Amino acid sequence: MIRFDNVSKRYATGQEALNGLSLHLGAGEMAFLTGHSGAGKSTLLKLIMLMERPTHGQLLINGKNLARLHHSQIPYYRRRVGVVFQNHQLLFDRNVFDNVALPLQVSGYQPREVGRRVRAALDKVGLLDKEKQNPIALSGGEQQRVGIARAVVHKPRILLADEPTGNLDPELSGEIMKLFRQFGELGVTVLVATHDVDLISSMGQRLLHLQQGKLVSDERSGHVA
Amino acid sequence: MSLSNRLRGERQHQPGPGRDARRGASEGRACWSDKLKSYVDHHRTVFVGTGRRLLAEPAQTLMTALVVAIALGLPAALYVGVVNLQQLGGRVESSAQMTVFLKKTVSAAEIDGLQKRLQKDPDIQSVNYISSEQALKEFQLLSGFGNVLEMLDDNPLPAVLLVQPDPRFRADLVGSEALVARIAALTTVDDVRLDMKWMRRLQGILEIGERLVFSLGLALSLGVLLIIGNTIRLAIESRRDEIVVVKLVGGTDSYVRRPLLYTGLWYGLLGGLLAWVLVLLAMLWVAGPVAKLAVLYQTSFQLAGLGISGLLGLLLSGTLLGLVGAWLAVARHLASIEPK
Repeated sequence: MIRFDNVSKRYATGQEALNGLSLHLGAGEMAFLTGHSGAGKSTLLKLIMLMERPTHGQLLINGKNLARLHHSQIPYYRRRVGVVFQNHQLLFDRNVFDNVALPLQVSGYQPREVGRRVRAALDKVGLLDKEKQNPIALSGGEQQRVGIARAVVHKPRILLADEPTGNLDPELSGEIMKLFRQFGELGVTVLVATHDVDLISSMGQRLLHLQQGKLVSDERSGHVA
Repeated sequence: MSLSNRLRGERQHQPGPGRDARRGASEGRACWSDKLKSYVDHHRTVFVGTGRRLLAEPAQTLMTALVVAIALGLPAALYVGVVNLQQLGGRVESSAQMTVFLKKTVSAAEIDGLQKRLQKDPDIQSVNYISSEQALKEFQLLSGFGNVLEMLDDNPLPAVLLVQPDPRFRADLVGSEALVARIAALTTVDDVRLDMKWMRRLQGILEIGERLVFSLGLALSLGVLLIIGNTIRLAIESRRDEIVVVKLVGGTDSYVRRPLLYTGLWYGLLGGLLAWVLVLLAMLWVAGPVAKLAVLYQTSFQLAGLGISGLLGLLLSGTLLGLVGAWLAVARHLASIEPK
């Protein structure tokens, strides 16, 4: 589903974010991306989201080379990917329901269908009773769950998350991670970037460790929760 | 129920991953007829939504719309002025073309002969006789000098023939003047007046006026484009977060553009409507003095307004300018907002 083929990314500032990275993630597979800040985790996710383009190498998603994707096709590609951000990128000028509905609205779903799917997604993250609230009134963990609901509401093939537990206490972080694992079990390809190794080491998932833009280890963590 | 419990509970009835992956893929896209309906719905939603957004900030909206209204209203008002003067010119053209003053000494029989002779002339369409008595009566009635005129022993007014030349003379000043000379040479005729000359001058002035309206309209249209462009640029800045998120979840450029273009359209539409109201108010303001002046000139002149076609024209040009202004701003500034 996701294949990096000797991918390098050098920013205009000269910073080498990724250096000859090769990686394959099968359909329905789940993996955690770890490494210190600056190791290239965010860049890797940005390349998948087409927020950045690789300087060298090829990036294939579902067998398609992203470099061949025309600018006008990017939106349609992004509709098949869900992303969760550390700062959750919620809009505070609308309520929780409208935030989660956004991916469906841009894809042109009927309002009835939008309502059904948004409520299903909010139910999944346990926030069905908060749909009319403004996200600014929610706690950090609840905001992050709204972000997750928005990332999965359109049933993407790929789910990405960049430090989704960055600001949360360990208990909440654990619940969020279990939520991701659940989507992985539903057949979604899930890639979560995190520095919280303690949390994920017990989850029995594939761990990809990045260091200075290189993949230095690719292992399956031993213990199953 | 805590979140983890909820998840554990749900996992028990989960279908196999493979089956669900297929479902996820097929349901990830909406079908075509739904998409078309949704597209139309979205236009309507955005149209209403942007209108509501503007209503939520009435002072800001009114100010921008008013600036647009003034820019559109100025040439519109000038245009109304020109149209009214043209109407005045048209009146002269269709009514008194030539006034033939007869000598005081001519007899009734001679007048009758002259009238018949002129009526037979192929250059002349019609001849109307107004006797000196008739002229005096009309003058007394209309001028308000009745009492003064009664003190006169004599009727000072000559008999008059109102000659309407053939329609082909309307635009032909030289031919008209030749006709005037021909009639003036007749022994019973004292003088002939041609009203066409000053009408020509009026038309010349009106032509300049028309061009002035056009160039002013052009310059102010450019102003409207800049005003709306700048307003939309600010709107883009204030909605930067929203634009980034919409692009990240797969909103197309046209999806992002749509509310901004409709905002411009609203400003133009409101501006056009307000411009019409402004012109209407200005006309009500001058209607009184104009009516007084018309009485003094003894005409039944009526001020012509913008009418329905003027309203439609203002709305249409406002809407168009709003759209184009918004488009220019969007084309310049939207591309720079990409998720980072």
